Amino acid sequence: MSTSSSASKMLDSEFLGMRCRLIDLAASLDRIDRSDGAPPADPRMAQIRRGLEILAGDAHDRATRVQLEFSLPCDSNPSPLTPRP
Amino acid sequence: MYFIEPHIHIASRTTDDIQAMARAGCVAVGEPAFWMGYDRSNVGGFYDYFRQLTEWEPKRTANYGIRHFAWMGLNAKEAENVPFAREVIALLPEFLDKPDVLGVGEIGLHKCTKNELATLRELIELALGRDELLLFHTPHLEHKLMGTRMILDLLRADSRVNRDRVWIDHCEEHTIRLVRDEGYWAGLTLYPTTKVTPERAVDMIEIYGPERLLVTSSADWGPSDPLAITAMMAVMRRRGHEESLIRRIVYENPLTFMRQCRRFDFTPPQ
Repeated sequence: MSTSSSASKMLDSEFLGMRCRLIDLAASLDRIDRSDGAPPADPRMAQIRRGLEILAGDAHDRATRVQLEFSLPCDSNPSPLTPRP
Repeated sequence: MYFIEPHIHIASRTTDDIQAMARAGCVAVGEPAFWMGYDRSNVGGFYDYFRQLTEWEPKRTANYGIRHFAWMGLNAKEAENVPFAREVIALLPEFLDKPDVLGVGEIGLHKCTKNELATLRELIELALGRDELLLFHTPHLEHKLMGTRMILDLLRADSRVNRDRVWIDHCEEHTIRLVRDEGYWAGLTLYPTTKVTPERAVDMIEIYGPERLLVTSSADWGPSDPLAITAMMAVMRRRGHEESLIRRIVYENPLTFMRQCRRFDFTPPQ
């Protein structure tokens, strides 16, 4: 199932929102840079950077890939049914 | 268009919210037992809360023409103390016998610990022993994938589980396929920051189709919107989806799932 919209129409509809969210993200990164201290060693910053790389890629499941980037490691085999302590 | 809000915490919402939902077309709600924002200090706190969900909240929504159905369970955040959890679980049969209770929920995992898992096994046992519907909460954020897979593994190992009668909630892009591929009902939760936005929910409807899919606001005491379903309906219309598909997602699917409860007695408005 998909929408009947063409990619061009979808871009028309999404463009300003995407632009706004990109600027928001850029401003958040600038805000962190302007703050005291040095954040780059924080693993969350590395996650953000890897998330941005996913966005810049060509995959058609970017949202899923970003979600996986922000998930705890979870191998499919063996089962993760061993709980954390 | 009428809609059913299958997962909302009315106990956390104002009467104004209920009135706004009724004006927007909401005709029924499902309210799972959950964590009220603080850990209860004794089992009596749970008893009173279960009474609130089965006695008081139905009256509040009925004032605006909304039928209220509840779910009884012990949430994962208060499941860590297993002996205490057992005291709470012992209360549940009394409330599960009440006429507008749909089943056992929301139960699940939070940090995916050994104790949470032990309590969850006992809750599942209670539900299966009574042939109740099951509603699972999957963990937040980085724990979601691991917790969802642990719940699926638990269920897969029990041959008594009828997957048509199980709803696994708070699915996102990285977990919806796991849930749907195994034949369960998948829930999408419309939250402004965590979980999914209306736009992303519609993306998933387009990718995976409407079968065994429930969309809810899960509105509670945190940042959430009791009218989030109507926001998603607006996105579907904007993208050109037919009214019949919108109705299926927001009305027929919840009705189909809830009707499986032997106590469910609801006459849809004509």
